[in-house]
Amino acid sequence: MDIQFLLSLIVGISIGGVAGYLGSLMLGRRMALVAGPLGHLTLPGIALAMMYDFDVSLGAFPFVILGIILIWLFEMRTKLPMEALTAIVFASGVAIAFLLLPIKQAETALVGDITKVNLEESIVSIILTFFIFFVIKRIYSKIVLINISEELAKSEEVNIRKYNLIYLGSIAIIVSLGVKMVGGLLTAALVAIPSSSSKNLSRNLTQYSFGAMVIGIISSFVGILIYKITGFPAGPLIILASTAIFLISMVLKK
Amino acid sequence: MEKGIILKVRNLNVILDNQSIIENLSFEVKRGDVLTILGPNGAGKTVLLKTLLGLIPYEGEIEWAKGIKIGFVPQRLPFIKDIPLSIKDFFNLKGVPEKEIEAILNSMGFKEDFSRKRIGDLSSGQFQRVLIAWGLLGNPHVLLFDEPTTGVDISAEETIYIFLSRLKEERDLTILLVTHDLSVVYKFSKSVICLNRLPICYGSPEEVLTPKSLQMLYGGEVRYYKHTH
Repeated sequence: MDIQFLLSLIVGISIGGVAGYLGSLMLGRRMALVAGPLGHLTLPGIALAMMYDFDVSLGAFPFVILGIILIWLFEMRTKLPMEALTAIVFASGVAIAFLLLPIKQAETALVGDITKVNLEESIVSIILTFFIFFVIKRIYSKIVLINISEELAKSEEVNIRKYNLIYLGSIAIIVSLGVKMVGGLLTAALVAIPSSSSKNLSRNLTQYSFGAMVIGIISSFVGILIYKITGFPAGPLIILASTAIFLISMVLKK
Repeated sequence: MEKGIILKVRNLNVILDNQSIIENLSFEVKRGDVLTILGPNGAGKTVLLKTLLGLIPYEGEIEWAKGIKIGFVPQRLPFIKDIPLSIKDFFNLKGVPEKEIEAILNSMGFKEDFSRKRIGDLSSGQFQRVLIAWGLLGNPHVLLFDEPTTGVDISAEETIYIFLSRLKEERDLTILLVTHDLSVVYKFSKSVICLNRLPICYGSPEEVLTPKSLQMLYGGEVRYYKHTH
């Protein structure tokens, strides 16, 4: 079997699965869309990575951190709703990227390209996704409690700052890995769609969280497989596979 | 702290967003007491409960007896229905042993398969009962109860207050209860704090809830006070 294809498939399903799993926490907090602006903000980082030829996730990461700090600062300083703030950050990210980005490479930056991932990148990505999976599994119930009510969590002596920091750090890493797969434009979909589908089909938390992960894995698998057959870009195909599952979940909704 | 006293509050002041919410409040709670915090909307009742829980910064003195475990029953949880959560999932978030969860569910008359129900599918009475069960997990000595939905019957036979009275006897609980419902005070509590930012009265309901103090508390004519017949 084609080694490059196998690498793409393994990296794709591990990032897709963990992004879905993380998404199930973000959806609960109405934060799924935050991944969108964060993804867009990575565009200048991806542009730099492409210009100087290094891993796009590495280029993206500092910009995600910058995005998280900016959104957090804006929220503290202004009383604007979160959506408005993320829109400001998002638009600025895209604007800067288009100033920097060589137009030929725009497509990869915007919609990703998992099919060219090399062995070194693959190993790092897989180790990181597994690490993040275990981190999220560990903090999951605490974040759910914080999502339900910060006061209830505080009354249970949950250290909200600590858990939020770990949570945001996990988001930053998954968004950075996600841009490698589906690009800066589609990262939000990687976390939002599998968890939305899983929500439609679940009756409890275990079904919901692991369902989101499984749907993330299936979407990545199907997307990359269709790329292999048709030659269309894998990033959009992964998202469309995810959307198809979402539509099915709406029909089957419990 | 003197024997039998479970909570002592001295000169409590709470300021939020440069606004004074509670001023110079002092009171004590004895083991086994039911203390009602009574007052109109916006009087600082919930703030007081949260301050006692340590969720809000304050000036003054709040002293709980050593080794006291506190259970908190929140007023509402508006975001809980955003997540597919069964009752069992919700209780698991508290991180107590499975056996204890089962024991609470049994003692509250929940049937085995009830715990698999989705929180979103519960009636308001059932949800209220689930919230109380949440507060009781971990076997607290004191239950802080933020404004139970009045008028909601917890089951076909019991109102929430009959239910709480039963729980109190069974579990030797001390209860601090926030409400703006005057009838609750007479039916259920041993002592009452009337709060409208400033403390207006404190003592047993029969002694301190006079037409005058109620008028001060609610600002207008209050027609409801204890029926003696």
